[in-house]
Amino acid sequence: MSVYNSLDSITEELHKCMKCGNCQAVCPIYKETHQEVGVARGKISLVEYILSGEMDMTEGMAERFSLCTTCMACNTNCPCGVRFDKIILAARAEAVRKKGLHAVKKIAFTALKMQRVFDFGMKAGSIFQGVALKHIPNRHSKLARMRVDIGIGTEKVFPMLSKKTLRSEFPEVIKVKNPKMRVGFFTGCMINYFYTDIGRAIIEVLTENDIEVVIPRFQACCGIPASVNGDVGSARTLAKRNLRAFERMGADALVVACSSGGTAWKHVFGELLENDPELKLLADKWAKKSYDISEFLIHQVPFKKEGLGRVARKVTYHDPCHLIRGQGISKEPREILRSIPGVELIEMKEAGRCCGMAGSFSLVHPDLSVQISDRKTSDIAQTHTDTVATGCPACRLQLQSGIENAGIDEEVLHTIQILAESYRAGKKERKGSN
Amino acid sequence: MLAREVLDELVKMLGSENVLTEQEDLLTYAYDATAAMKHHKPDVVVSPLSTEQVAEVVKIAIRYHVPIYPRGSGTNLSGGTIPTEGGIVLSMLNLNKILEVDQDNLTATVQPGVIIQTLNDEAAKLGLLYPPDPGTVTTATMGGSVSECSGGLRGLKYGVTKHYIMGLQLVLANGEIIRWGGKTVKNVTGYDLVALFTGAEGTLGIITEIIVKLIPAPEARKSILAVFDDVDKAGRAIAAIIRNKIIPATLEIMDNVTIQTVEHFVHAGLPLDAQAVLLCEVDGYKEVVEREAVLVEKILQEEGAVQVKIAKDDQERDLLWLARRSALPALAQKRPTTVLEDATVPRSKIPDMLKAIRRIAEKNNLQIATFGHAGDGNLHPTILTDERDLEEMKRVHLAVDEIFQVAISLGGTLSGEHGIGIAKMKYLDWEFGEAGVAVLRRIKEALDPSYILNPGKIVRRD
Ligand SMILES: Cc1cc2nc3c(=O)[nH]c(=O)nc-3n(C[C@H](O)[C@H](O)[C@H](O)COP(=O)(O)OP(=O)(O)OC[C@H]3O[C@@H](n4cnc5c(N)ncnc54)[C@H](O)[C@@H]3O)c2cc1C
Ligand code: SF4
Ligand code: SF4
Repeated sequence: MSVYNSLDSITEELHKCMKCGNCQAVCPIYKETHQEVGVARGKISLVEYILSGEMDMTEGMAERFSLCTTCMACNTNCPCGVRFDKIILAARAEAVRKKGLHAVKKIAFTALKMQRVFDFGMKAGSIFQGVALKHIPNRHSKLARMRVDIGIGTEKVFPMLSKKTLRSEFPEVIKVKNPKMRVGFFTGCMINYFYTDIGRAIIEVLTENDIEVVIPRFQACCGIPASVNGDVGSARTLAKRNLRAFERMGADALVVACSSGGTAWKHVFGELLENDPELKLLADKWAKKSYDISEFLIHQVPFKKEGLGRVARKVTYHDPCHLIRGQGISKEPREILRSIPGVELIEMKEAGRCCGMAGSFSLVHPDLSVQISDRKTSDIAQTHTDTVATGCPACRLQLQSGIENAGIDEEVLHTIQILAESYRAGKKERKGSN
Repeated sequence: MLAREVLDELVKMLGSENVLTEQEDLLTYAYDATAAMKHHKPDVVVSPLSTEQVAEVVKIAIRYHVPIYPRGSGTNLSGGTIPTEGGIVLSMLNLNKILEVDQDNLTATVQPGVIIQTLNDEAAKLGLLYPPDPGTVTTATMGGSVSECSGGLRGLKYGVTKHYIMGLQLVLANGEIIRWGGKTVKNVTGYDLVALFTGAEGTLGIITEIIVKLIPAPEARKSILAVFDDVDKAGRAIAAIIRNKIIPATLEIMDNVTIQTVEHFVHAGLPLDAQAVLLCEVDGYKEVVEREAVLVEKILQEEGAVQVKIAKDDQERDLLWLARRSALPALAQKRPTTVLEDATVPRSKIPDMLKAIRRIAEKNNLQIATFGHAGDGNLHPTILTDERDLEEMKRVHLAVDEIFQVAISLGGTLSGEHGIGIAKMKYLDWEFGEAGVAVLRRIKEALDPSYILNPGKIVRRD
């Protein structure tokens, strides 16, 4: 039984918890609030009170369950192997079932509202940008702050909406000479709307490695913002649409460059659709051939080392929670970075600690999110690097926001952007020597 | 329910952000790490930011006759933080500053909400160490561990929390603030109240500042693991190590039930039919450590260990310790409820105690695994059960009674490091007699006549 269908699905996980409190040592929220409800043990006890009938699922409960970045750090530190990620998803889904979406309206709504604002922004183009977002001068990228507070504060820094979405910039199939395989690229929302530079780098690196890239036009949001907040219905609809879009175009493998997209394709779609035999089969089929881009380049391709040019950067790498703990990927991006001539990799303290973004978490709990981010920013500052690499556009946004607010001069990039830069440098070097 | 005025006064004093009153928050302060213990919801949770605020909270509590339950990280194993009479939970977690590390006097001054490991990280930067290391070093607070007088793995050589507490600042049950002890090694001025408040479990006063002793961190360490096919041989090996004038930093034991469970859990390579495993670590100057490790190895072999392993590097060391570290969590996986005791006997009685526990398990038809700090006689007989099975729980309570009886008859004590709390209150007269229990009560009533501080713990009110 999937965690999205019933609270009973997690009774075994709850039993495993011996209330030792070990999760306190790693929880980013507890570190800031020092309140028991912030840590896994506190929320586990709340679920237990609901199951035993001592407490009802109230709106207050739903609010407490929103206090989690789903960073999975407690999973890893739990001596009893409690899968708190499952518990929190089940609790949030139950909250929506029992209290309706309005109970989490603050949570889901803000997320939805954001998406609408952005969609509108895409249509209205630069007029919107001027109205809602205030441009911040920055050497590295186009950043902006919210002019009006739509319930998420005006502290958060956003990248400017891109002039054109990634998907409208490219044809559905990007051909190469003598392709060695055909790969589907699931862009995800952030790369499609904001960080088209990441998307372009992915396409550049794949084609450089003689891979034909397919970007199905009808792909949708991965649905993670909905499923982690308990909006299982919307998440299911999106899962179906994505599976059909990729199935229609066909591909030998599917790559993603954001950690939520990877989690969605590898795990969540199958769990959401477990009661639909036909689609469940499809979900499992695609799960088997879904890869994070760094994982794909190291283990499946492997990517070309000849032709890599010099990139003079001092880089520190931030592990996205859902890459390192969600998918066990932490060596691969570092291996890519180390293989680039000129790149010096300097580790920060606790590279795997949550940056506090966690999708809609940062919209619902802006102050907490900023507090968690400040810790990250100060760890980054101590590395004295000039570049932060990471594997997820959402983390990139949070890291950029923190760095901008702290006034540090540091560029934040997706790992693959640096790899693309290196291929480009390689070409230039060869031209120069000819 | 609390009177409205109490809440109003608390909010006025501390600010609403430091006063929790909603059910959903209160319920998360109704328990601690103690298994099979009834939970109780407090009426309010407050988090003061200064000693003065703590004192003001106490004064409000006196005025309205509301009990106060001090709380650190809530990891104690004796029900010490459960607010059995409702009232105020006083969370000390916002008082979390290391005020000073004094290299000349080898002391540190900390607030009670500092996590033990945070102090150790700070001390380590100067090559110093705060030795007490309960299994919860990364979560437990200094205030909580001083109040429980926590032990840990290094007790044999380095002692326990009380050996490192030099001075305290306290808020008394009448709201007055006192300081006792300080940075001097010698201090015989008046009664030793620092000793009294260490291990008092928050029943006599609230600790708001702690001066601890630090020591130079040992330069090197070496771990040795030995497997025995007989509990008595393991017991003789423990005695032989000490008789040869080696005091290991740690000397741990696991019995057969524990070994089997752990082995299935982590596959550390322990023989399933082993009757006991000893895990020993020596530390100190490099040369001394090398010499002692070889000596320990030789003694273990002479005493009939079927297998002895010395860890060559830190990686091998971690592997040897994996089994011991996994003992409690592995056992906790087997059944829903894990009743963990910490009856303690003189080191020489360890084999007797292990055999007695085995008998008690058989007699009551229960699964009891035993592991613990063999070097200091502190064992953790762990009963694996299910609190929903009322019939079995009856047998569990019988077995716990019997374990305590045996420990006391062997010249031991009810609790080595987990404290009395609610869990062991009713056994106190077995160890002290009625006259002894009366002394505890007189001390309690001298310092806290109206039972404002952590009522329902250690001392029963008649
Ligand atoms: C998995 C596990 C392993 C453990 N291993 C060990 C071990 O090896 N050795 C060992 O000794 N213990 C061990 N313990 C028990 C526990 O971790 C310790 O007792 C710990 O020191 C408690 O610290 P705390 O901050 O959680 O205190 P809490 O549980 O919050 O409080 C403990 C007691 O102190 C009182 N208190 C807290 N702060 C103050 C204050 N500022 N002033 C006055 N009173 C106060 C409380 O009222 C309560 O009575 C273990 C527990 C677990 C769950
Ligand atoms: S660390 Fe695991 S077992 Fe311990 S309280 Fe947290 S979730 Fe429960
Ligand atoms: S997933 Fe992360 S934020 Fe959520 S309870 Fe666990 S450690 Fe805390």
